[in-house]
Amino acid sequence: MDFEDTPEEAQFRAGVRDFLAEAAEPRLPGSGLVYRAGNEDPKFRERAKAWQAKKADAGYAGITWPSHWGGRGGSPIQQVIYDQEEAKYAVPRGLFDIGLGMCIPTLCTWGTQEIRDRFAGKALRGEEIWCQLFSEPAAGSDLAGLRTRAEQDGSDWIINGEKIWTSGAHYCDWGVLVTRSDFAAKKHDGLTYFFIDMRSPGIEIRPIKQMSGASHFNTVVCKDVRVPDRQRLGAVGEGWKVALTTLMNERHTIGGRVGAGVEDVFELARKLDLGDGPALNNGAVRDKLADWYVASQGLKYVNFRTMTALSRGDTPGPEASLGKLVNASMLQNIAAFAMDLMEQGGVLCDPNLAPVAGAFQQTLLTSPASRIAGGSDEIMRNIIAERVLGLPPEIRVDKTLPFNQLPTGKR
Amino acid sequence: MNFDFSDDLKALREQARKFLRQRCPTATVRRVLEGPEPYDLGLWQEIAAMGWTGAAIPEAWGGAGLGHLGLCVLAEELGSALAPTPFASSIYLAAEAIMLAGSDTQKQAWLPKLAGGTIIGTLALAEGPGKADPGKLFTTWRGGALTGEKLPVPDGDVADLAVVAARGERGLQLLLVDLNGPGVTRHAVDTIDPSRSHARLVFAGAAAEPIGELGRGEALLRRLQERAAVLMAFEQVGGAQRALEMARDYALQRYAFGRPIGSFQAIKHKLADVWVATELARANAYYGAWALSRDAPELPLAAAAARISANEAYFLAAKENIQVHGGMGFTWEFDCHLYYRRAKLLALALGSTRLWKERLLLELEAANAPL
Repeated sequence: MDFEDTPEEAQFRAGVRDFLAEAAEPRLPGSGLVYRAGNEDPKFRERAKAWQAKKADAGYAGITWPSHWGGRGGSPIQQVIYDQEEAKYAVPRGLFDIGLGMCIPTLCTWGTQEIRDRFAGKALRGEEIWCQLFSEPAAGSDLAGLRTRAEQDGSDWIINGEKIWTSGAHYCDWGVLVTRSDFAAKKHDGLTYFFIDMRSPGIEIRPIKQMSGASHFNTVVCKDVRVPDRQRLGAVGEGWKVALTTLMNERHTIGGRVGAGVEDVFELARKLDLGDGPALNNGAVRDKLADWYVASQGLKYVNFRTMTALSRGDTPGPEASLGKLVNASMLQNIAAFAMDLMEQGGVLCDPNLAPVAGAFQQTLLTSPASRIAGGSDEIMRNIIAERVLGLPPEIRVDKTLPFNQLPTGKR
Repeated sequence: MNFDFSDDLKALREQARKFLRQRCPTATVRRVLEGPEPYDLGLWQEIAAMGWTGAAIPEAWGGAGLGHLGLCVLAEELGSALAPTPFASSIYLAAEAIMLAGSDTQKQAWLPKLAGGTIIGTLALAEGPGKADPGKLFTTWRGGALTGEKLPVPDGDVADLAVVAARGERGLQLLLVDLNGPGVTRHAVDTIDPSRSHARLVFAGAAAEPIGELGRGEALLRRLQERAAVLMAFEQVGGAQRALEMARDYALQRYAFGRPIGSFQAIKHKLADVWVATELARANAYYGAWALSRDAPELPLAAAAARISANEAYFLAAKENIQVHGGMGFTWEFDCHLYYRRAKLLALALGSTRLWKERLLLELEAANAPL
């Protein structure tokens, strides 16, 4: 039992370190907060694209991709090692996660070599950004309930409908899209999958303002959008299978936390006086700090176990659901508790007035999204119950009926 | 990154699991729970013959020299089987104390016998309900003689040797006491888990020799508890995992409203939460094992995290196992209560969650660094 790299891993890490030392600026030691923001800022996107091109030139973009996709043909543990090292540097992150993690792998799996050659390289170099047009107002956790309509018209398809929760739609070049091409077929049998040019006529993009005030997502309305049939992936009516490829590629990120965490609340408790001394001396506070420290440590070492599996070449299972499930609620609870310590002053979110530049207040408002986006807490528990514990799926009333005969609520 | 046990130790774990599934089904646990035997002597002897009791004891002292990682994998299986033996008392506590602080003479005198399972050891700390505060112990050691009362002492009714915490002239002192000698009386006491026996020990001028430096007993006790906490965390994780599997199996078999109850989200989500708690506890226990095996400076923190996590996971798994079983879950006939009893017993054996949280915070404060 050790935490050391194998000789091959050490060699790879040394190469990564050399590259980063040469190409990037170290991250300044700070509060430990990691913000992903920046995607909305055009200057940030320019920097992100430039950095992505550098990475691609050095062979560190697409580490796990096979060579016929233009990748390095490396292993998942190499990706983890790269990410660990890159995290020490102040480089722009996050802009290409959806494209490189989900869209392009689907395109490469289901598309022709011609399609791979046209799209994979440009995405890898950050020259084109991709988004995902999956969820709809009436199809969230129940994705297969989607009803964006695709009708064939000669060698084209005409798309009508509304997609939601599309990150970055307004700056993306291309998107992957699941539609319903047959409303009389059973729910999972009537879907067809495309990729589309986000600048096609008929696409209207409206930002969604979140409760935090930020706008990371969009509603994308398609009105008679024309898509050539050669941009279809998989057979007509088999879009669900293709969509599963996208979802299974949902990037398994290790580490990387958004929001104020246990270190920050510990620091706060050291500094904040409750009237009878620092909060850190209070029994109720100590009890909570211990809980969160133990859970954070547990998550850290669950990740180490996952990395051990990767290092051996094993595929980590749905265990990866655990981190998100535990972390999202914990951050929400930490934020609420930290604000309690500040009493009425806890309402202040002005970075100049609130401790840790208002990070707890910000986390209070962003953490609800973490418990829903990328698989809600409830979906994560279902995944664990079904795939880890082997419990039966819900009894379904929607799998055998034609889609257009399914009951629907008020919409 | 190789944050896992070696293939050899995994094979040992598999072997232990097979043996215990066959030799120690819950019927064996019940025989001790319901009957007059304080522990399963036959099982104890077989375990000792296989070298489990000596797993972490160096070969020079009659052990197998497998190191503490070997002991961790065995602990997990013993916990999973609810093995009704004095293993924890004798090995995690008595043998560990002597390995930590015993003189060569003491090691020579006791370790081979503990390793071979020919004697049973234990730690006598508590003095009735309430915290066994090192500064407020009533049991005293003066002029080589021990006077006072310890309650409850795990396996105190059957142990041959006790490591006793008592107040000496230079503060808390750990002492080795031959429980078969004069000046010691003992009788078994009822506890929530009769599958593991406990006793009241009364010392009236019993002979006692110090273990470890005089005046350093408190630090020694703390180190001993840290080491035992990691080992016991593996027992607890093993037990939590079994309770979870038992609940899962029942949820698959039991039908209500025309479907397996395991298909209801009320049950699925409950068991998913138990699984999450168990995996966090397992991960913390693994880190504890790493720290223990290297005697790393991180051990105090790692042990506290392992202990807190394991206490909570096992009790959660045990209580939700009863809940999933519905009415049958709280009958004597069903096995759910075996895990429930053991979960609470182990959660108190080395200090409560509350005490360990306080220890954890003191360590973090002492480190005085960002986490």
